[in-house]
Amino acid sequence: MTGPLVVAAAVVAIALAPLVASTYHVLLMLPFMAYAVVLLGLNLLLGYAGLVSFGHALFIGIGAYTGAFLTSHFKIRSLEVILIAAAALGALVAAPVGALCVRYVKIYFGMLTLAFGMVFYTFVLKFYRLTGGDEGTPFLRPSLLGRSLEAMPKTDYLVGPYYYYSLGVVVVATLCMWRIVHSPFGLCLKTIRDNPAKAETLGIGVTRFRFHAFVISAVYAAVGGALLGPPIGNVDPTLAYWTHSGNIVFMTLLGGFTSFFGPVVGAFVFIYLQNWVMSVVPYWRLIFGAILAAIVIFAPGGLLGLVRPGRAAVRAAGRRGAGAPPAESRP
Amino acid sequence: MILVAEGLRKLYGEFCALDGVSLGVGAGEFVSIIGPNGAGKSTLINILTGLTPPSAGTVRFKEREIHGLGPVGLARLGMARSFQLVHIFPDLTVLETLQAAVVARLGRGTRLFASLAGDRDVQREALEVAELFRLSDKRGALARHLPQGDKKLLDVASAFALRPEIILLDEPTSGVSTADKTAVMETLVEASKRIGLQAILQVEHDMDIVFAYSDRIIALHQGKVLADGPPSAIQADRYLIDTVIGRRARTH
Ligand SMILES: Nc1ncnc2c1ncn2[C@@H]1O[C@H](COP(=O)(O)OP(=O)(O)OP(=O)(O)O)[C@@H](O)[C@H]1O
Ligand SMILES: [Mg+2]
Repeated sequence: MTGPLVVAAAVVAIALAPLVASTYHVLLMLPFMAYAVVLLGLNLLLGYAGLVSFGHALFIGIGAYTGAFLTSHFKIRSLEVILIAAAALGALVAAPVGALCVRYVKIYFGMLTLAFGMVFYTFVLKFYRLTGGDEGTPFLRPSLLGRSLEAMPKTDYLVGPYYYYSLGVVVVATLCMWRIVHSPFGLCLKTIRDNPAKAETLGIGVTRFRFHAFVISAVYAAVGGALLGPPIGNVDPTLAYWTHSGNIVFMTLLGGFTSFFGPVVGAFVFIYLQNWVMSVVPYWRLIFGAILAAIVIFAPGGLLGLVRPGRAAVRAAGRRGAGAPPAESRP
Repeated sequence: MILVAEGLRKLYGEFCALDGVSLGVGAGEFVSIIGPNGAGKSTLINILTGLTPPSAGTVRFKEREIHGLGPVGLARLGMARSFQLVHIFPDLTVLETLQAAVVARLGRGTRLFASLAGDRDVQREALEVAELFRLSDKRGALARHLPQGDKKLLDVASAFALRPEIILLDEPTSGVSTADKTAVMETLVEASKRIGLQAILQVEHDMDIVFAYSDRIIALHQGKVLADGPPSAIQADRYLIDTVIGRRARTH
């Protein structure tokens, strides 16, 4: 029963961070918390349904642009409204995209999601009048729980109310996802990940479950995307670029997709490591890439796989071979 | 007749794996399909369970043409199966595997925020099936870590957890040691009674098992039905025994 204690301790530590850590580091926690939400959703797809999406920046973009549009063009500042609208739009876009993508698996699924991501990127880049093109659209400071907070200095706003608001969203998103993966629905997803042919003979409709997982993960990505906006203050197409999709997959692998919190840990390490390497060496991408590659090579089960060897490592390694169902049954 | 097949043909390119197979399985029947390697037994099972479409012919399950239903639709209608090569969920435990079957049967897979651990019906039924198949000691073990025989048993047990009306088993005792085969069959028969199963259609190589448990035997050879009758009739047919079973049976 150390698990719940560790999680509780982590939440307390995050809550106390603004009191002890430097403003600089506290500000870095904001993208971390936004990514935590995105990755909880992405891992429903990757760790629980066995599908790797290379297009989830699309949904991050949907969420971030929703916030930018609402605050800039519609004078809607309420972050609650923004998050709900982001979630709804994320689901709306994910429905047709998902309906098409989940008919394919493995690399074909990945390529299709990548393609949709590219289409969206090009759309936001080229529709200058709507999106501001490469200059983007401002994400004006949202009000929190009905309070405007317009008068606060920006940093105070971010490390104060906005920080705790984000933490609240992360906690709620985590609790929801925890329930989802421990529900009958979550179990069905795992059967599909492990052996779709067998799942079908049990009456579990593979495509339908994958579709639902896809939409849920898109909703999470959109909500996380909306949270990314206010600290930057401006939403531009790089948020929707495919390398961004790659980064979040990487964060997931880094932390370990076989455990619930692995991807969240991955996001934390990714963000702080990137920042640290950037500050100490000039060719930071080179060094950063090498460090990440080393982690993947020496910890194939992700960082959490190192902490909890047994199951995570075995599962990560096994996924490559023994996880595949025998070919006999495929028509 | 619960399950009726008429004029089934299956072509793999030029090769004809099934050539005009017709058969029926009635309520209360235990039917065994026998035949040498490559006779088309697995192909037949895969067509009957909607996994593979036939090149020609029809299958009716409970008076209903199965065309287009697929395995999911058939499972919901009351048909379950196990595979010749074990099909398990490697990273799920024994209990989780059985729970998944129960969840699917009760149509609770869409319960997004419900607690699986708190679902009494699912927990109870999964445990019952685990006990029935003597897997309850291993209920916490990952399926991938089970010995081969238990993997097979789990595959079969998860099919039973669907409480189907008919079950199609492709070599349920292959990979099980000879000594344990009878025990597996006894378990199957007992489980069938317990869940009110109407019919079993199995593929089996072990002739002792086939003769001991079957109400009827269908002999398949090169994609054709050579014989279809009670064990006594099959046993009496020397020519049939020679072609279908070969040397192995004569040594008995
Ligand atoms: N997908 C396929 N493509 C091409 N040929 C196939 C395919 N599946 C089966 N066959 C061929 O069809 C024939 C029948 O195969 P099937 O698996 O039904 O035999 P079986 O009676 O189950 O044999 P066994 O006792 O070895 O399990 C074999 O000759 C096999 O090589
Ligand atoms: Mg076979």
